[in-house]
This record gives sequence, structure tokens and C-alpha cells, in this order.
Amino acid sequence: MAENKHFDLVKVGFAEQLKGGVIMDVTNAEQAKIAENAGAVSVMALERIPADIREDGGIARMSNPKMIKEIQKMVSIPVMAKCRIGHFAEAQVLQSLGVDFIDESEVLTPADEANHIWKHDFKVPFVCGCTDLGEALRRIAEGTALIRTKGEAGSGNIVEAVRHMRMVQSAIKKITTLGHDELVSYAKSNGSPLELVLYIKENGKLPVPNFAAGGIATPADASLMMQLGAETVFVGSGIFKSEDPEERAKAIVMATTHFDNPDIVSKASEGLGDAMKGLDIAKIPAEELLQTRGW
Amino acid sequence: MVVGVLGIQGGFSKHKEMIDSMGYDTKIIRTPDELKKTDALIIPGGESTTFLNLFDKLDLEDAIKEYSINSPIMGTCAGMIVLATKVDSINYSPLGLINIEVNRNAYGRQKESFVDKVNIELNNRLIKFEAVFIRAPKIVNYGSDCDVLAKYKDDNIMVQNNSVLVCSFHPELTGNNVIHKYFLEKFM
Repeated sequence: MAENKHFDLVKVGFAEQLKGGVIMDVTNAEQAKIAENAGAVSVMALERIPADIREDGGIARMSNPKMIKEIQKMVSIPVMAKCRIGHFAEAQVLQSLGVDFIDESEVLTPADEANHIWKHDFKVPFVCGCTDLGEALRRIAEGTALIRTKGEAGSGNIVEAVRHMRMVQSAIKKITTLGHDELVSYAKSNGSPLELVLYIKENGKLPVPNFAAGGIATPADASLMMQLGAETVFVGSGIFKSEDPEERAKAIVMATTHFDNPDIVSKASEGLGDAMKGLDIAKIPAEELLQTRGW
Repeated sequence: MVVGVLGIQGGFSKHKEMIDSMGYDTKIIRTPDELKKTDALIIPGGESTTFLNLFDKLDLEDAIKEYSINSPIMGTCAGMIVLATKVDSINYSPLGLINIEVNRNAYGRQKESFVDKVNIELNNRLIKFEAVFIRAPKIVNYGSDCDVLAKYKDDNIMVQNNSVLVCSFHPELTGNNVIHKYFLEKFM
């Protein structure tokens, strides 16, 4: 651990405590309480869940501080909130509100089309999305304490989350098989900071925890992502867009804890109402994909 | 000897890494049956409400209480909260295996989390330890059957009784294994 200079004791140390859990999107204090009672390790406070952002269109921004405060008052678990990519002033506001984690998120409309926030400047830890290893390593270089694969938020379709997790895991495996003389070329062609490519070569894993997001709608989806290497799952629209949020939230918590025990995942999946309807990724116009936001 | 680390949620992987590196056989525990096959248990940090919620659903509450009659338990941060006898503002009953009263998130939110050097008394020797406090709880009261091993300013941050050792900080994060070593040697 001493050799991992990206292991900020307080920031990454906190991310470690969120492992094996479910982080749920909520839009008001009442939903936050349902999430906490169901066993969520944290809630993500946002004004509209991704499925509704997708439907409503328009510019999606940081949530209203008043709503974040109401959620903070309602629950004792950590409260996360999203800022726009590159919008460091929104991040400053969220830090001032005492949000426990800031998600610099592709779900909101980007504020900067070239740069992400320099996250080392903040006391509050950040989580950032990625679709491949190069993107994950660029975010870690900027100071994120936690990575999540992006998936396709608000789609209710797990296929992109699986693709991104497999991309990251197979790139990690590949680096461990390369010779040192091949690493500079690898770093160049994948837009990855060399120092972090070297870390992966030596350790066979990312220097910060890796969670999964974007499309998880059922207990089995959560189990799938955990078995593919996610250490916790974010569930956005999947809970409060379903027929029975309370029961579904509990079931996804149980399936995440026991992701490797199909008997328990099966029992958790029983008797749930309809999951969110979901979207075929191929039918989403390219300009409406959220996962392509981030540089 | 097999050391169990409760892995239903939380910071279990860093505890496991540390105990593995000390040469013990370590198992991640998620069910009562898995617990029975261990000789000592560590309950890591994480979310105490999530832990207590899952204890109930996984029949772990009675299993851990029964386990503690003959086997030692260490709890860190949220692990300390769930082992206490009394906890502020929470809908669940804690396990009550060490006679302490605890306030959750007593130092504030994540932006108030911090690292500082503390003195810990282990086997009558004072040891400097880099303690990581993350949304940490406070021990606000303790019973006469408890010994205080460390303080930070006016707060008691590490307490033991005959079979349970708890601390409000994260000894698994800094790479210094003296607290794990003390627990596994002294309590076994």
C-alpha cells in the first residue's frame, strides 16, 4: 500500500468501505429513506433519474442544494451527488454542502468538452465513469478515488455495463503479459499515463476500487457485474422506475452481498413485480448515448 | 488457525490482505455456516445500517452472539458500532458484545475525515500509530469491564474486554499490522 501513491488514506480508504454494497439513485428524501431501509450503502441525490433525463431532454445540471440538504437530513448513510464533467464550480458547491462523494458524471450535460476536473484540489473524494482502461487511468491521474464503469445510464439494459467491465478487465490482464519494453507504446496508444500502466503491470489491478453502473435493473444483473469484477454496484433508474422499488431495492442488496451464491440470488429474484422496461441500445441515436461523454 | 473477515459489505478486502500477509489462513464470511469454521472474526468498517439490516436477514445476529462465547472478535469503525451495547439514532439493536455506548458519524461528514498520529497501549508499551478516521464514530461511554487502549484528544478510540477488541479508526489501511497482530496473539 505504501507503494500505491494513489491510495489516499482518507479518500480511497472511504471508497474501500463502500465495497460489496449497492448505491442507489434517489430524487427526494422519501426515496432516500426507502433506500437506506433496504440496506443501501449510500444514496446518489439527483433531481431526475437518468431514464427521465433521457426522456425529458434539455440540459441536465447539478441538483438543487435544497433537495440535497433534505436528503442529508433524512438519512445517516453517505450522500453522493453529481456535477457536470469539467464543472469545478458545481463541485465546489457540492463540497461546501458536505456531500460525501462527488460523481463527475456523464449523465449530466458536460460543461467542458476537453477537460475534466482536477480532483486533487478537493477534500471530498470523486467517482468517475469509464468505458475502457485508458479512460479509467486518466481519471485516476486527475485524482478520482473511485472508478465506475459507465454502462448506459437510464437504459435498463446491462449490455453496455458488461462491455465496459470486460474492456477494463481484459486490458488489465493484457498489461500484465506485456514486457516492460512494450509499456510506453501501450500507454501512448491507449491514452494512459505511463506511471499508472506500470502500476498495473506490477499489481494486476487498478490502484483504486472499481464499481459498476449503467443498466443494472435486476438482482441477477447485480450478481453478473459483481462476478465480472465490480466491487459494488450503482443502481440508478432500475429501482425507482420499477413496479415495487422497496422490494426490488432489498432484493438487489441481497443479490450483491451473495453475488456468488445462485440459490440466494434466485430467492431474492422471486415475487418481484415488473423491472423497468428498458431500451435497446441499437435504437438509441448515437448523439443520445451518455457513455460517449468523457475525454 | 482460520481468521474470518465478515464480508457482507464494507472494507473487508484490506483486512484480508493484511491478515494474509501475516501468514494466517483468511476466509471471507457471509453465512452462519462459514462463521462456524473460523477461530477469530474481524468485522470491518462499512455502513452499520447495512450490516445490521443484513444480520437480521442472514441469521447472522444470533450466530455471531453464540460465536462470541468462545471466539474473539475485532470490530473497526462500523464493526465497532455493531458490537456496542448502545448506539444513537439507529433503527436496529446492535449486538451488545462489548459494553460501550457509541455515537455514529460523530466527527461529521466525509470532508471532516482525517488522519493523525495516536498513542496506543499494547502489552504495556506505548506505540505510535497512524490512525485513519473516516466518518468515524465516538465511544461516549464504557463499562467497568472494559479497558481503554488509546485516546485521541479527549475521545476514547480503542477499547477491549475479555473477548472483543474495537477501535473507531481503520487499522487495515496504513500497512502497519501491530493492531491485527495484537488481536490475533493476545485474544486467541
